[in-house]
Amino acid sequence: MTLTSVFNRLAMAVLTLLGVGLVVFVLLRVVPGDPVAMMISPSATPADIAALRAHYGLDLPLAEQFFLWLRDLLHLDFGTSISLRRGVLQLIGERLPATLELTFAALVFGILAGGIVAVAGVLLRRTPLEAVMDFVNGLFLAVPDFVWALALVLLVGVLWPIFPLSGRLDPALSTDFYTPFYLLESLARFNWTDVGDVLAHLVMPTLALGLPLAAVIARTLKEALGEAMVQDYVLLARLKGMSETRLVLQEALRNAVGPTLTLTGVQFTFMIGGTVIVERIFAYPGIGNMAIDAVINRDLPLIQGIVLVFGALFIVINIAVDLIADRLNPRQLHG
Amino acid sequence: MADVAVSAPVTVVNRRFRSLRPLLREPRVVWAGGFLIALALVAIFAPWIAPKDPLEQDLMMASLPPIGFEGYEPGYYLGTDDLGRDVLSRIIFGARIALTVSLVAASLAGLIGSLLGLASGWYRGWTDRIVSRLVDIWMSFPPVLLSVLLVAVMGAGLHSVIIAIAIIDWTRFSRVVRAETLAQSSLDYVTAAEAIGFSRRHILWREILPNVAPVIIALLSLEMGIAVIVEAILSFVGLSISSDAPTWGGMVAQGRQVLHESWWVLVFPLVTLFATVLAFNLLGNGLRNALDPVMRR
Repeated sequence: MTLTSVFNRLAMAVLTLLGVGLVVFVLLRVVPGDPVAMMISPSATPADIAALRAHYGLDLPLAEQFFLWLRDLLHLDFGTSISLRRGVLQLIGERLPATLELTFAALVFGILAGGIVAVAGVLLRRTPLEAVMDFVNGLFLAVPDFVWALALVLLVGVLWPIFPLSGRLDPALSTDFYTPFYLLESLARFNWTDVGDVLAHLVMPTLALGLPLAAVIARTLKEALGEAMVQDYVLLARLKGMSETRLVLQEALRNAVGPTLTLTGVQFTFMIGGTVIVERIFAYPGIGNMAIDAVINRDLPLIQGIVLVFGALFIVINIAVDLIADRLNPRQLHG
Repeated sequence: MADVAVSAPVTVVNRRFRSLRPLLREPRVVWAGGFLIALALVAIFAPWIAPKDPLEQDLMMASLPPIGFEGYEPGYYLGTDDLGRDVLSRIIFGARIALTVSLVAASLAGLIGSLLGLASGWYRGWTDRIVSRLVDIWMSFPPVLLSVLLVAVMGAGLHSVIIAIAIIDWTRFSRVVRAETLAQSSLDYVTAAEAIGFSRRHILWREILPNVAPVIIALLSLEMGIAVIVEAILSFVGLSISSDAPTWGGMVAQGRQVLHESWWVLVFPLVTLFATVLAFNLLGNGLRNALDPVMRR
């Protein structure tokens, strides 16, 4: 990817984000419910309400509100949450790390599990086990994260209570964290009790988000590996006496990774979208969970901020995937 | 001339008949389609099939376990919830809501998305640029968050759920239909139609659409599966229709709360939900396989 095309992508990204902001802004302003009505006491006079509306700028014309919001955004001022009465940026800053740690864990799990299943599937080609694995993989492809989350709740809640089902950290562990990155921080401080506890809390939501991703990766990578295994260079390596496992891992994998990567990127954005409901089910304190509360409370500034953050994440991932795919594509090296 | 007039309807009938056969040869279509037809029949005849009234509360009969477990009460095959409502009857009536939402919402999303996809793939230029930009913007929203947002804006209820799904998921259709239209429009039959002098619009509706239709049908089935899940998610969050009404998502949400006392309130609706989504998925993939002329060759 040349510098110009990267620049073009970034310009497009800004345009898309602007569109996202506009859509959510207009959508929220046609809401019949008054967000201010929720935060005042029943004894408030109409004058009080008007004053409060003016305070949040809700009395201005729509276009003016939008441009004021944009102007503030440029100064990194995301406004103040109406329901939590704190800065939106600050709230997102506290919650986003939890979501990032969760999605990263799910991504790593999905790639590892999907990769192992794909390699095993290729090694077991033309055995009865292959059909079984393909069948199970097909089932897994059909199960969305929402159903996984609840199935896991059932499994761990009723049958086999080994992992915590809600939250991010046992309240009994009264560690004071300096950053909102609990996992990274406890790792950096070699506090193994905390690391274990944070990881235990991560297991359930990670599985719910990561299993659908693993299923997609397993299917795509296995197909790509199967195609690579009949290419001439693999045949040559086989004639040289390379073992089947090394053939798959050293020769085929390198050439099969490209198409899988692009799809993983798309699936990764779906997965980030999935955090909204999965965090809800496991009462995990990330921005997805906060987003649903914000919508229920009609907290306009907070919703706008969260949606923008999600949009930015999606766009950044897409650009990153394109860049990595370009780097991996041997045909582009000399272009 | 007389020969042509007589033989034309015959070929049409033949072609229709033939187009059904690859469908029935595809086991996924037969099994998943059979399951869904059975489910639809259960939904239609729910009042006659359900053993109990799905709304009737009976605290004397609260939290009864399903058949085969200690404390089972005859007639309550899958047990009762904490308000004494029959789980089986609620699942049966819940099928009505789930199937209505999925059918209407998926059709709406399919209609919007296919029209925009056809238009941007066929007319290209400005139409294509605007639609593609819209798709980009849409794809930058987390769908669950957008659906929750839309339903909150429109007010909870069945209509809102349906409209929200249609507004969010049209992109699934438009992207695929656009790509398919682009691919079709470079084929020889389109060039031939242009050479004969058919109008652009005529070619789009009479030549291209019939060739894109199989893809749309397969996508519709997949989308219905997605709609069932979205409805369940919205019920779960408490934004679908009233919590009294029997929805699978609402039952699942309730089951999550009473998990440790009565697991069956969560298990059975969840299994139903899963089976339905799986069936829509298998049907969609089977249809795509059976209807795709390239795959058939």
